[in-house]
Amino acid sequence: MTTDRATATERESVDVVLGSPDSGWSGGARASSDFHIARGGFHQAQQNRNMLLPALLALQSSAGWISPGGLNYVSERLGVPPAEAYGVASFYALLSTELRPPRALYVCDDIACAQIGAEQLISDVESFVLGDPEAIVIRSPCLGQCDKAPAVFLQTAGGEDAAVAPADLSIVRQAVIGNFPSTVHPSDTFGNGPSFLLHRVGEIDPTSIAAYRATGGYKALPVALEAGPESVVAEIKASRIRGRGGAAFPMGFKWEAVAGADDPERYVVCNADESEPGTFKDRVLLEGDPFSIIEAMTIAGFAVSASKGFVYIRGEYPLAISRIEAAVAQAEESGLLGDNVYGSDFSFRIQVRSGAGAYICGEETALFNSIEGFRGEPRNKPPFPTQSGLFGKPTAINNVETLANVSQIVLQGGEKFTSIGTAESTGTKLFCLSGAVEKPGVYEVEFGMTLGELLEIAGGAKGEIAAILLGGAAGSFIGLDAVDLPLTFEDTQAAGLSLGSGVIMPFLVGVDFEAVVQRIASFFRDESCGQCVPCRVGTVRQEEALHRIASGRNPDTLNEEFVLLDDLDRVMRDASICGLGQTAGTAVQSAIGLGLIGGSS
Amino acid sequence: MSKTHLELPSSLIEIEIDGSVVTAPKGSTILEACRGAGAEQPTLCYLENLTPVNTCRVCVVEVVGSRALVPACSRPIEPNMEISTDSERVRHSRRMVFDLLESSVDLSLVDDSTRSWMERYRIDSPSDDDSTEPSGERVDRVKSYHVSHPVLPATVAQPVKIEDDLYIRDYAKCILCYKCVEACGPDAQNTFAIAVGGRGFESRITTEFDVVLPDSACVYCGNCIGVCPTGALMFKSEFDLRAAGRWDESSQTVTTTVCSYCGVGCNLELTVQDNEIVKVTSPLDHDVTSGHLCIKGRFGYQHVQNR
Ligand SMILES: Cc1cc2nc3c(=O)[nH]c(=O)nc-3n(C[C@H](O)[C@H](O)[C@H](O)COP(=O)(O)O)c2cc1C
Ligand code: SF4
Ligand code: SF4
Ligand code: SF4
Ligand code: FES
Ligand code: FES
Repeated sequence: MTTDRATATERESVDVVLGSPDSGWSGGARASSDFHIARGGFHQAQQNRNMLLPALLALQSSAGWISPGGLNYVSERLGVPPAEAYGVASFYALLSTELRPPRALYVCDDIACAQIGAEQLISDVESFVLGDPEAIVIRSPCLGQCDKAPAVFLQTAGGEDAAVAPADLSIVRQAVIGNFPSTVHPSDTFGNGPSFLLHRVGEIDPTSIAAYRATGGYKALPVALEAGPESVVAEIKASRIRGRGGAAFPMGFKWEAVAGADDPERYVVCNADESEPGTFKDRVLLEGDPFSIIEAMTIAGFAVSASKGFVYIRGEYPLAISRIEAAVAQAEESGLLGDNVYGSDFSFRIQVRSGAGAYICGEETALFNSIEGFRGEPRNKPPFPTQSGLFGKPTAINNVETLANVSQIVLQGGEKFTSIGTAESTGTKLFCLSGAVEKPGVYEVEFGMTLGELLEIAGGAKGEIAAILLGGAAGSFIGLDAVDLPLTFEDTQAAGLSLGSGVIMPFLVGVDFEAVVQRIASFFRDESCGQCVPCRVGTVRQEEALHRIASGRNPDTLNEEFVLLDDLDRVMRDASICGLGQTAGTAVQSAIGLGLIGGSS
Repeated sequence: MSKTHLELPSSLIEIEIDGSVVTAPKGSTILEACRGAGAEQPTLCYLENLTPVNTCRVCVVEVVGSRALVPACSRPIEPNMEISTDSERVRHSRRMVFDLLESSVDLSLVDDSTRSWMERYRIDSPSDDDSTEPSGERVDRVKSYHVSHPVLPATVAQPVKIEDDLYIRDYAKCILCYKCVEACGPDAQNTFAIAVGGRGFESRITTEFDVVLPDSACVYCGNCIGVCPTGALMFKSEFDLRAAGRWDESSQTVTTTVCSYCGVGCNLELTVQDNEIVKVTSPLDHDVTSGHLCIKGRFGYQHVQNR
């Protein structure tokens, strides 16, 4: 351990999160009794470890970096070895283990923003902060604001984090000195029929529980409490709803497995890490209808007999975090969360956790590790989360959008829910339209609508479409011949595609697809946790090959590069630990298949 | 683990490995079952005395019903599992994993067994002998890097860390198998001086803020050296001899003895060259040490050589 000490500011910021130290053994002032009694020990350290990431985030936010002194203080407070705490801190993009200027401007240069002026914005912002020792510009992967591209995320030492979109130089200038645009531009939401998920978004005050209740909120919870856990699980099963986070796993089976687990200690987790490039639907729900997620989690907790839930929200969503935190607080005040929910003997608490810049932490087991205070490295499956999830306990983890359906299923019954959508894809689905569409935003439509129909509702493309990215960076490019594809789990699967997180991003003729595909490849290289060889090295080799293709144009070696890319895709798909590596070559392969790259232009 | 199991032998279950039905104790891993059936598998991040981390992926096998390949070293067997250890997919993945490692890490000091696995799956194996060389079917295989091309492949090449007289850390040879971190942490030493830092290809084994070892929590037990499969962690004595071109395994002897410092009874294996102790290890399957020692047994041998 280095001998560096934390500054008073650093200590205070950590104490806000951890409370004051109770003895010299945990970083406090030494009392004479501390020389006689040892406090702490392994078990306490184990219990405290899950506060590591919140404490590191507090350090980052107060000091602008994770200093050696600050890290030492956190280590002492929590009993986490400094090397391990450093291993965790250096994992996350929003934590800096090097001293840097107090203001960090993360400018998105990912695939949606890149089409809408990201490079111009980056060079504008760079020349604006040039010579300013107080600020630094950092290129960022997708910030989840793609419909309002280009986007910027601001991290200020001693200040609040903020997302700004759409951003231009004058807005960024103002934001840097603390003047945020007076009119925030929430995402536009659209639909073509009855809306179950978006009906409150933009319509009610998301900070008011009264407004939520006045629009049908908290009607489902008492119904669930009255019906009992088994029948809630039965209704969810009957609805045949499948997960909206990417894997499309039936929610009812998950809940049933957790409800029937041997271990009485269980958890409910809401996965709000939403970092798949092109995705912003969960943010819209969290910001626009936070109570619906809290109510759904409470019902989930009741159904699986859990007493604790966690919401893990990506760190780049400060507004979503504060809205959800406020919602939790109001629900507690109103007796709808905490001890004896709604006067019943069911007690349930929710903790809100912020991510710190890591796409991989959306993978469910990496998310557990992240909450537990370890590096966000996925675990090998099996065991599955329903058997051994958060803190090694049976855990029901669901995506924000999946949870947003719960109240309606409880209220109308699972059977009724199946009347919407198709046989295998019940209900409505949120799609994130961005890129070259006339009306970007979040669309709620019934499963079964075709891609072409949805594009039409979105006002069509801004020009002639060359290809559409379906499902996000982990998804595939498809050609215009796919416009008749019904947007369902079964139809996309049959076509060898995936709905993923609901991304639909059209690209126009004339777009430099080599640049787009390289950006996707570098996204995976950056976001790989680095644990397993196929993904850690494979994503690097993939990116290198794409660079060579883009720069070389040597027809003799082009075939070799394609063979290599195919080999890399295969080994990443077959031998990687988690879905990140397994899909890291998918978009690249689809682009090659469509002839979007490697041409002789 | 080498610990004696006190329970009765657990019940046996039947599985199929490469077409033959074999039985193995319930709770074994695929790797253990394969070994029991005489089918060795390559491993890099696996070690009997450490918790499997299944990160290297050279041991992957194909299991019917599983979409992706599964790591043999950590997946427990289930009744009637059908396992292929030599299918085209398995060979392809293993070849690629070795290739990705070889192209990014200095593997010059891996053990003979790993080397022969690499040979077996190697990319440029003579195609005229493909009846015996199951190295992958494609004729148009290419390495994951093109040395002739101006864009050189990224590697983990970096200077050796020489920070004391006891051992060196040459992370240009590090495959990130996590073994040293496990040995330093909960699996043996509980010192937690080193951890994995960074992310992705930038991941590395590090102390806090990369401080030099003498400033870290390291107590110089050398257990990390004992488990490192690539020679990235090495006795300074061995490192110096190698640097001088005088490391000569053929002239070395290994003497097993019991450490005389305390009463625990750790077995020591003294590797001796030219009448000098050049390295100290302990057998992995030793009841007392499981291969792990403390600083005294590991490095405290100078008095033996005070002549
Ligand atoms: C690399 C990676 C990133 C992921 N990111 C998210 C995410 O941000 N949000 C999410 O809900 N699911 C994400 N998932 C899927 C989760 O692992 C998990 O399947 C999901 O949270 C389950 O919820 P659901 O059944 O409601 O879809 C990700 C998976 C992978 C492999
Ligand atoms: S596939 Fe990639 S992200 Fe997933 S565990 Fe392996 S290295 Fe980490
Ligand atoms: S010598 Fe021992 S204490 Fe030091 S890093 Fe290696 S295992 Fe850890
Ligand atoms: S230093 Fe050796 S033991 Fe440690 S991770 Fe690297 S290769 Fe493995
Ligand atoms: S916010 Fe820039 S691509 Fe999504
Ligand atoms: S030995 Fe099995 S994954 Fe490394």
